[in-house]
Amino acid sequence: MSKYTEDDLREELKTKEYEYGFYTDIESETFPNGLNEDIVRAISKKKEEPQWMTDWRLDAFKVWKDMTEPEWANVNYEKPDFQAIAYYSAPTAVDPNKTLDDVDPDLLAMYKKLGISVDEQKKMNNIAMDIVVDSVSVATTFKKTLGEKGIIFMSISEAIKEHPELVKKYLGTIVPTKDNFYAALNSAVFSDGSFCYIPKGVRCPMELSTYFRINQAGTGQFERTLLIADEGSYVSYLEGCTAPSRDENQLHAAVVELIALDDAEIKYSTVQNWYPGNTEGKGGVYNFVTKRGLCEKNAKISWTQVETGSAVTWKYPSCILKGDNSVGEFYSIAVTNNYQQADTGTKMIHLGKNTKSTIISKGISAGKSQNSYRGLVQINSRAENARNFSQCDSLLMGNECGAHTFPYIEAKNKTAIIEHEATTSKIGEDQIFYCNQRGIDTEKAIALIVNGFSKEVLNKLPMEFAVEAQKLLEISLEGSVG
Amino acid sequence: MLKINNLHASVEGKSILKGINLEIKPGEVHALMGPNGSGKSTLASVVAGKEEYEVTDGTIIFEGEDIEELAAEERAHKGVFLSFQYPVEIPGVSVTNFMKTAINETRKAKGLKDMPAKEMLKLIREKSELLEIDRKFLSRSLNEGFSGGEKKRNEIFQMAMLEPKLAILDETDSGLDIDALRIVANGVNKLKSKDNAVIVITHYQRLLDYIVPDFVHVIYNGRIVKSGTAALAHELEEKGYDWIKDEVNA
Repeated sequence: MSKYTEDDLREELKTKEYEYGFYTDIESETFPNGLNEDIVRAISKKKEEPQWMTDWRLDAFKVWKDMTEPEWANVNYEKPDFQAIAYYSAPTAVDPNKTLDDVDPDLLAMYKKLGISVDEQKKMNNIAMDIVVDSVSVATTFKKTLGEKGIIFMSISEAIKEHPELVKKYLGTIVPTKDNFYAALNSAVFSDGSFCYIPKGVRCPMELSTYFRINQAGTGQFERTLLIADEGSYVSYLEGCTAPSRDENQLHAAVVELIALDDAEIKYSTVQNWYPGNTEGKGGVYNFVTKRGLCEKNAKISWTQVETGSAVTWKYPSCILKGDNSVGEFYSIAVTNNYQQADTGTKMIHLGKNTKSTIISKGISAGKSQNSYRGLVQINSRAENARNFSQCDSLLMGNECGAHTFPYIEAKNKTAIIEHEATTSKIGEDQIFYCNQRGIDTEKAIALIVNGFSKEVLNKLPMEFAVEAQKLLEISLEGSVG
Repeated sequence: MLKINNLHASVEGKSILKGINLEIKPGEVHALMGPNGSGKSTLASVVAGKEEYEVTDGTIIFEGEDIEELAAEERAHKGVFLSFQYPVEIPGVSVTNFMKTAINETRKAKGLKDMPAKEMLKLIREKSELLEIDRKFLSRSLNEGFSGGEKKRNEIFQMAMLEPKLAILDETDSGLDIDALRIVANGVNKLKSKDNAVIVITHYQRLLDYIVPDFVHVIYNGRIVKSGTAALAHELEEKGYDWIKDEVNA
């Protein structure tokens, strides 16, 4: 990080508003509101899917119809009206056969605004990017470079057509359609997302990245990500999200499935910055996401997330440590400000012998927000010598926010070693004054303190993302201590 | 450099400073002594600009400018430094990172660019040697797990880095063993020049053996009730404060 100093970074931090809150007027094709079998069929047809895929969706829809929304999370919100949402919206200028040069200039302008112009992305070192706007994947860069290594990185819609054997084999195996209400909904109506396959023994030479954006009003975004790391392979995957500022709540219900076969390693990083609603708590994205990975023998999955956006977050990236000696990691920073609510954490399911998991969770609450860590460490009876270390730290700013920790531990094997540490602290006026006295103003003092608090997790992010994440932390918390 | 006129200040409605008058010229060292609760630390905080303290009357003129309306960081930018009696911990922020931020923020306020990394490194090396600070110490989280002596030494290290015009040392000697006291005092002495000034707040003569004051003031009940030369400090060490209290109350 030698070139990009923290001060360069601060220089860019003059704006207090949600800077991704613009709406781009691009022609879109949007389905009528509401959900029924016909809509599910129509989505499938629109995407020219094979019959097996249509059937899979319809099965999921049937399951979903009989399910109810989960209510155990420590969040309060007005339940979305699922018949008032449009389940498919796509910029009409997108045609999968077109090249980048043919992309709608407004769309390209939007990427620029997001700081991710595709051109720049191409030039930028070692990041291949897939961008999903509303429901459709619009551009995947670097496809060719990756192709030479046998790496498949494309939208899931393309993968369904081009690699049905892989999709069929793995889709829904880690997060079954029946898993939960939102996973079932996603399975029925998912419109796009990313697919990635790393062949045996291949080390993916660049960071793979997907950028999600909700643009249209009244639409939900339901993306589906499927990532398979074959034996002995390695991949680092990044995901970022933004949405325009809108008064109504928008629904985002994604499913991410990771499969790390023997000796494979997957690093999955997320910077989530969906619109959090305004300072009075109006609007904002409901972020109800199911993320789970499976580790075979000696495999490793590492989740890193920086959650700064969304009005309500419900998200537990988890690892099933099935293979012996497999490793699961979860590093999380969750920031809530104003009226945001987050209930997030992880599940580490130890099935194999000598499995290891690490959980580091940093919750930062400001304003009138509520921030909960919820985690499960489960040691199965056959998981000899399983180890877990969990650390949950909360930082409070002001007197009106809340931090909560709900750790669940189930150990069915006597050889398990489980450690749990938790702390709660408050940014004190004394700390602020100390910084002020050294010439550091209050906003910067808070940024400094928060970055210090989050350091262990920030260090886990790939460098480009770490800078972005630091920036987001600061923006999210600006004005939170008066 | 600093001129305090009839300063009255209160915290949470409670009046603590009740008419302080004090003038400090460049190159001078002033010692502030007095019984506990007399207002020494409050005076330091008020000059540094702590928000909880409300100035109810009087003025603080620093370098010819009334600084009462300035925020604490603006006063710092102008060269006011406070060595804290109880330095706070900032977990995850290294001493180096903290200093880098402080220096560059101060430079920015003066319209200067960030200090080049090479120059910063040189400065850190130089000043840490002055205070006999181990390099490893600089990568530790600010004040976290520091001993009392390390905290105070770190305060003076920061002072050395920031090169203030006016340094207020609030009980910098408390918690120091005799070796640390010598190192800290030597550091302060080396930083002294004809252009800067130091206010030493202390209970004990001990520190004043090392940092020899030009003037000694006794604060009692929110006022400076007696001023003198270094000899006054010796007298206080011998006789305590009761005779001064008697004089005031008589």
